[in-house]
Amino acid sequence: MNTIFFLILRRMRTPLLTLIVAYAVAMAGMGLIPAQDADGNPERMSLFHAFYFVSYMSTTIGFGEVPNAFTDAQRMWVALSVFSTVAVWLYAIGSLIALLQDVALQRAIAELRFRARVRRLTDPFYLICGCGQTGTALVKGLSGRHLHTVVVDIDQERISLLQLDSQREFVPALCADARSPEVLEAAGLKHPACRGVVALVNINEANLKIAIAAKLLNPKVQVICRADSHEIEANMASFGTDYIYDPFDIFALYIATAIQAPCQTLLVDWLSGFSGEALSAPQYPLHTGRWVVCGYGRFGKAMYKHLKAQGLELSVIEALPHKTGIPPEGVIHGRGTEAVTLKQAEIGRAVGLVAGTDHDADNLSIVMTALELNPDLFVIARENHAQNQELFGRVGAHAIMNPSVIVAHRIRVRLVTPLLADFTNLVRFEDERWASALVARIIALVDERIPYVWEVTLDEQAAGALHDAHRGRFEVTLDALLRDLRERDQRLRAIALLLVQDGEHIMLPSLERRIDKGDRLLFCGCERARSLMDWSLRDSHALRYVATGEHARDGLVWRWIAAWKRSR
Amino acid sequence: MNPEKVVFGFFIVLALTLNFGFFVGDIDNPSHHHSWELFAVVVVNMIATVLKFGDRTQIGAVLLATSLVAMLQLLAAALVWTFAVHVSEAGMTASIMASIVSLAGGAMIANVVSVTLLVIETVMLRR
Repeated sequence: MNTIFFLILRRMRTPLLTLIVAYAVAMAGMGLIPAQDADGNPERMSLFHAFYFVSYMSTTIGFGEVPNAFTDAQRMWVALSVFSTVAVWLYAIGSLIALLQDVALQRAIAELRFRARVRRLTDPFYLICGCGQTGTALVKGLSGRHLHTVVVDIDQERISLLQLDSQREFVPALCADARSPEVLEAAGLKHPACRGVVALVNINEANLKIAIAAKLLNPKVQVICRADSHEIEANMASFGTDYIYDPFDIFALYIATAIQAPCQTLLVDWLSGFSGEALSAPQYPLHTGRWVVCGYGRFGKAMYKHLKAQGLELSVIEALPHKTGIPPEGVIHGRGTEAVTLKQAEIGRAVGLVAGTDHDADNLSIVMTALELNPDLFVIARENHAQNQELFGRVGAHAIMNPSVIVAHRIRVRLVTPLLADFTNLVRFEDERWASALVARIIALVDERIPYVWEVTLDEQAAGALHDAHRGRFEVTLDALLRDLRERDQRLRAIALLLVQDGEHIMLPSLERRIDKGDRLLFCGCERARSLMDWSLRDSHALRYVATGEHARDGLVWRWIAAWKRSR
Repeated sequence: MNPEKVVFGFFIVLALTLNFGFFVGDIDNPSHHHSWELFAVVVVNMIATVLKFGDRTQIGAVLLATSLVAMLQLLAAALVWTFAVHVSEAGMTASIMASIVSLAGGAMIANVVSVTLLVIETVMLRR
């Protein structure tokens, strides 16, 4: 048990002892001093009455002199003991209450409760360390898809904020330092239902420590980390961290892909967005031309690398080039917030601008100045703090890079629909025509809303009916799954994006394809289609109907009738 | 010498001796058992119990348990006494006295265990 409980009990000794002694002395006095009854006959107050009297005297309730009026000797004793017992009572009760409110004790109690709650979790959950912007966004995204999370953060305020937001699922949260292995264990690292640990603390070293602890204490668990520097990233990868997300690299790669393959990017954007939101048609930058990169820090370097790989002409503006390093093209000295520096970088001739310093005010100023000089620019702005979101929305940037949102988004996709993450990687190998054809199909499928994307693993739990079908009675094709179980000529509004069969990934599997238990499928479409499909997968009658068109009469009575008919 | 241990041992042994003093005599004879003696036993036992709060050792935990048992028995005895004298019509009878004394006897067993444990702990400390 926690040391703090023993300490608190030990500190309770003095107030309790003084209380007992004060009561005992006052009671003994009342019992020993001669009293008299209503008629003036001498008698002694019984200990019961003494206890009763002292109890209400010391708490200053004061019911009067019972059972009879006191003698003067008794009153003298009462006059003395009022002061001692009242003072002792106040002292004892005051210090006991203060002890119960002790910060360390309250924290220990909160931890005990948290441990008990985590222990009682039965559904699979993810342990999220750090609940800043990224963590909160991730918790929201995961609980929206009915995935459970447990949160650890060092700041009580952020935890309170998280609990104020109404989450769909209950999220146990603890205010503690996630770097300590004991805290990770309390948060369920060794719990059999723990699927993964996500380290999103804003200190790189802390994420590293969490990743190491998680890998050592429970090697089976998936570890997902955010890392802002390449060194840390390499370090994390060295001991088997499953997924490492570097927001700057992710965003730079995203922009580079968008330049080269806008349709692919649009496809991936839609599939990984929040379903139900309006479909967006974001603008993507031009293939060729000159780009100006302001700020050559972590983000600037990542943008430089990926834009350079696209064969674009670049010029870099940096205020402190001796600190950040200098690219081969050289660097224009300055912050980029003044028109002079931007003109020096030939902003008038440029097609794109990256405002990528780590000051939001500077970035906003760069964007405003540059757009005045050249209104046709494609502008990418880096947003460092979420509180400036509205300003960035108004400044006229075409793409806004917010590290927290990007990481939360990627991790959500990875955890909710791992197949979509695989699909995204495979899309890169397809050409633009393929992507635009698929985009057109998706538009036809859902009306102006982001499609709902879901994943089905055809195991016994999710597809019990398939196991019945497997007993050699009929075959199930993908076509059958995509039919409406109420009227099989109607098709469900869904597209099968990816099929994983015997370790093989098949993009856009054909409808004739046979599916079997153990397969994994990725669909996109409307949410209603999913519930209908789940129904056919679980109910063997429904599955038989969508697969073969037969209405089997099954059930004890029907079978009796069938047997009786046959025998006639 | 640890002054804390002196106080601790003093109260534990005093609880036992007072308890024994109350217990001896004919079990059903009210004149052999004085109410003040029971009062003293209850107070001293309470003090002994509180003194055992917050001891992390195994023996400390068992000592606390035995003290709590003694408290339970003694408070029951005091309640029965109060009830007999102030509430019931018959007043103090021989059978009620017998049950009070037997409750106190049970508390005495618990106190004997406490003292035995104290002796064992002391012996172990000497090694």
